[in-house]
Amino acid sequence: MIDPFIVDFTIFVLAVFVGYYVVWSVTPALHTPLMSVTNAISGIIVVGALIAVGTQVDTIAKGVEEGMTFSQVIGIVAVAIASVNIFGGFIVTQRMLAMFKKRR
Amino acid sequence: MSVNLSALAYLAAAVCFIFALKGLSSPTSSRRGNLFGMAGMAIAIATTLAQPGMSSFGWIVTAMAVGGAVGAIIALKIEMTAMPQLVAAFHSLVGLAAIFVAAAALYAPEAYSIAGADGVIKTASRIEMSLGVIIGAITFTGSIIAFAKLQALMSGAPVTFPMQHLVNLFVGVAIVGLMIGFCLNQSPELFWAMTALALAIGIMIIIPIGGADMPVVISMLNSYSGWAAAGIGFTLQNTALIIVGALVGSSGAILSYIMCKGMNRSFISVILGGFGAEDGAQATGRSDKTVKSGSADDAAFIMTNAETVIVVPGYGMAVAQAQHALREMADELKKAGVTVTYAIHPVAGRMPGHMNVLLAEANVPYEEVFELEEINSDFPTADVAFVIGANDVTNPAAHNDPQSPIAGMPILDVEKAKTVLFVKRSLSPGYAGIDNEVFYQDDTMMLFGDAKKMVEEIVKAL
Repeated sequence: MIDPFIVDFTIFVLAVFVGYYVVWSVTPALHTPLMSVTNAISGIIVVGALIAVGTQVDTIAKGVEEGMTFSQVIGIVAVAIASVNIFGGFIVTQRMLAMFKKRR
Repeated sequence: MSVNLSALAYLAAAVCFIFALKGLSSPTSSRRGNLFGMAGMAIAIATTLAQPGMSSFGWIVTAMAVGGAVGAIIALKIEMTAMPQLVAAFHSLVGLAAIFVAAAALYAPEAYSIAGADGVIKTASRIEMSLGVIIGAITFTGSIIAFAKLQALMSGAPVTFPMQHLVNLFVGVAIVGLMIGFCLNQSPELFWAMTALALAIGIMIIIPIGGADMPVVISMLNSYSGWAAAGIGFTLQNTALIIVGALVGSSGAILSYIMCKGMNRSFISVILGGFGAEDGAQATGRSDKTVKSGSADDAAFIMTNAETVIVVPGYGMAVAQAQHALREMADELKKAGVTVTYAIHPVAGRMPGHMNVLLAEANVPYEEVFELEEINSDFPTADVAFVIGANDVTNPAAHNDPQSPIAGMPILDVEKAKTVLFVKRSLSPGYAGIDNEVFYQDDTMMLFGDAKKMVEEIVKAL
């Protein structure tokens, strides 16, 4: 069995190469939208936050009879933060891209 | 959703994100690319929510609604001139989210399936979450400092103190030590100590970097935010997160490289900072040189009699919000049969591509806007170079004076145009703190005043 880390690492290295070639093909005029859209997709970290909030853990074993665990609380904050990035990033990118027009 | 189906869905999301970036190769395909990005995000979120055992949907929806509303309002209201600050703020949020997710994983490892039944987290996962939280913390505080400098909440001047690099090195070594300790015994105290020091070093590495180097700083923090996300992705063993982290990380790294090349500075020298600290040190001997200054009417006369005008915008145009007036001026000139084009230096403005967005906002068609390599050979045949709010990027000292701080920097050869019109508040040197000999040329006319007011007056005179 290959260690799952090796598989993940393989994906990571290949993705760095994909990123390298894709980003060099971005026209310099759109470098600001490139940054804002990378902000938006970085919001994918919301996935980790959602797991923290939504996955039921044995709260009694954690010493929490009812209510939320520490992980869930910071998970909720992280979901909100990542959502600012997702919505803010995509909307501002769309706003900018809509401005790039051809000559009439 | 089964594990395999989920993995495929995350892969689909990652492919969408690649298309989102790929779309930016041209303005026409970019809007579709952005839609791909949104679709990818929707797929990733839906997949996560469809995992077996997911609950607390009320909290999740509330948190997303609050965060989403805040993000949407900011995105709709923000002025285009403030994009650098906004991007810096967004970078800091990615860093903060990375810290929180890493902490959540530390306190509830079973939710992420990274611990055995005894609650002991696998060593590999500890290393990954340490890297994620350290890079996330540096991104968080570093971006806050970058934001404060761009928003003028703090001075853009470099903040330096004795033994700075030694102190930074010491803190860096301490972080590595704490990280090794945490990876050995999974102590939350060491985790937070390591995070606190990483937060501190984030501040320390950005304060010595001056305002003119902000394009590099923003690009660098962009890259960091990606690597932080990738670190968290390894902890969670989530391919979408790993791929996005790699994409964003390499994107920021490439932009940093392009910006450094645009200033002919090595990445290391930018990081070490202190550039522009000796403002005006070389401005001596200026008083004996004379400049020709002109009025808006003179400028209007010269430009209507020209065949070709190349506009060179810089950060000063953004500060004065002069882009709309500038486009009106170009429209009037075009009516008079003058060909108007725009020349953008790679480091014009405070972030990569900033000038292009401002011109696009003012409805300048993108076919009229050119990058340095595309347009530089046109200056010798141009009748007028109209420089507005730019300075260092036109300074021939970069070619002529090997001792100059900007020696070797690629510049726009405005001095080769038949006439140079320079819109500027005063004769003060640029961020590099060096005098520009173009000011004193016989065929240069200085137009002193606020960029926006001056351009509006020229429009009236046309």
